[in-house]
Amino acid sequence: MIRAAVTCHTIRVTYSDTVSDTAATADIVVAVENLAKTFNGTPAVAGVSFTVARGQTVALLGANGAGKTTTISMLLGLLLPSAGTIRVLGVDMVHERHRVLGRINFSSPYVDLPRRLTVAQNLTFFAHLYGVCDARERVARLAEELDLAALLRRRSGHLSAGQKTRVSLAKALINDPEVLLLDEPTASLDPDTADWVRAYLAAYQARTGLAILLASHNMHEVERLADQVLMMRAGRIVDRGAPGELVRRHGRRTLEEVFLDLARGAATGALRHPAAQ
Amino acid sequence: MSHPPPPHGPVRASAGRIAAIVLRHVYLLRASWPRVIELMYWPTIQMVLWGFMTEFLLTQSTFIARASGVLISAVLLWDVLFRGQLGFSLSFLEEVWSRNLPNLFVSPLRPVEFLVALMLMSLIRTLIGVLPAAGLAIVLYHASVFDLGLPLVAFFSGLLIMGWAIGMMVCALILRVGQGAENAAWLAIFLIAPISAIYYPVAVLPEWLQTVAWALPTAAIFEGMRAVLIDGQVRFDLLVRAGVLDLPYLGLGAALFLVAFRVARRRGLLLQVGE
Repeated sequence: MIRAAVTCHTIRVTYSDTVSDTAATADIVVAVENLAKTFNGTPAVAGVSFTVARGQTVALLGANGAGKTTTISMLLGLLLPSAGTIRVLGVDMVHERHRVLGRINFSSPYVDLPRRLTVAQNLTFFAHLYGVCDARERVARLAEELDLAALLRRRSGHLSAGQKTRVSLAKALINDPEVLLLDEPTASLDPDTADWVRAYLAAYQARTGLAILLASHNMHEVERLADQVLMMRAGRIVDRGAPGELVRRHGRRTLEEVFLDLARGAATGALRHPAAQ
Repeated sequence: MSHPPPPHGPVRASAGRIAAIVLRHVYLLRASWPRVIELMYWPTIQMVLWGFMTEFLLTQSTFIARASGVLISAVLLWDVLFRGQLGFSLSFLEEVWSRNLPNLFVSPLRPVEFLVALMLMSLIRTLIGVLPAAGLAIVLYHASVFDLGLPLVAFFSGLLIMGWAIGMMVCALILRVGQGAENAAWLAIFLIAPISAIYYPVAVLPEWLQTVAWALPTAAIFEGMRAVLIDGQVRFDLLVRAGVLDLPYLGLGAALFLVAFRVARRRGLLLQVGE
């Protein structure tokens, strides 16, 4: 079943079914090619290429400093690449990002919303910033879906970590984005709240065909949400595949073991476990 | 999936984004009476101090006796410049302090729209700060800055634009070197105070400094103010000079901000500023 939801900027066609792998490969919304970023001669990201299809969740997995946040920052246009191309919804993000920024959004626990504004004020302000016509209705709907109704009059700075995450998610969905970038979406959340957030994201994606690119350290989260995992180390993608496929290929029992192998460079012997040194 | 062009034009969409930023700052002011009181505090205290000074000087000086409102008008107009610049810079700093810059610049907001929104906020903050002081000057000292008549609009606009220009330079500096430079928001304007001829004519300055002073729109505005209040003469040459000089300063401020913004994007500073 397909329905159309009209906003000021886009006509969204939303899907009631999860997009199949075959359909996904035919509908690429993020295409990154040979992306690189160098800070003072040190490569933070060194030639990564990947795609994200509509309705797909791709996870960037890697240790601290692997280049995940740098990659996401470049996709958002907050950081200019040193080399390579990024196309989001067919638009060159380096030169024409303003054509597409209204159709994407992001959330990170490391970027606050204005703390002195109430939740309602924050969401209303961002709705107007994204040109959402029916701002009041959109805020009310997200407040209901994310269980924020009782918090709307509270100042954002007075919220708990779990409440902040839900408000940040509401802000990230305020424009009904087609591409959502999430930087550690459940960092610092208790298991119950984290599970709730993951379930909500999965349901929202199934309903709308949203494409998600997330950076995470949480293996459980990645296994539950991701269709594809990009394992990053030292700014490069060192392996990729579906979570189960990676586990099988590496002959391990869990994705965490694969992560540890790759993060410590077990395959190349580049890094050794501290206990082994 | 099809994506037709927006049902309203790009100009309306742009105005909507500017209005959204203004709305965000109006929410902030509405929620914080201490901020509003602070806006009114210094202009009022300054005006009261210089009002009493004027009353004293009236008994001592024939120059002041000729135009009793000249000092109070100078104080209030200086505050237009100062509050204009501070209003611009503080609105920017509010985004830095709340670590909201990444949220803003992953939205469709363009840097130029952000600058226009900060200018509007500067105007609002300046009016909140200066209008009560101007009203009080009439009540307490029977000295009205509105006696300047229509030229007041030109003086106000000229000073506000110069305040925005300096505000943009300050924000560019903060973007470039980080939050450690935030004191520049309070200090930068005073660099031009001695050569802006606020309380004394440009002729008082050493000759070489007069050349520098005349390169600022502020000197032309304060000389123009004295011409109205003391000689009863509207010096259109000074008004035009101020207007013409304002433009390159505004252009320079905007250019510096946009360059600093691009450098911040290249170096990843937008994510770090405010931390």
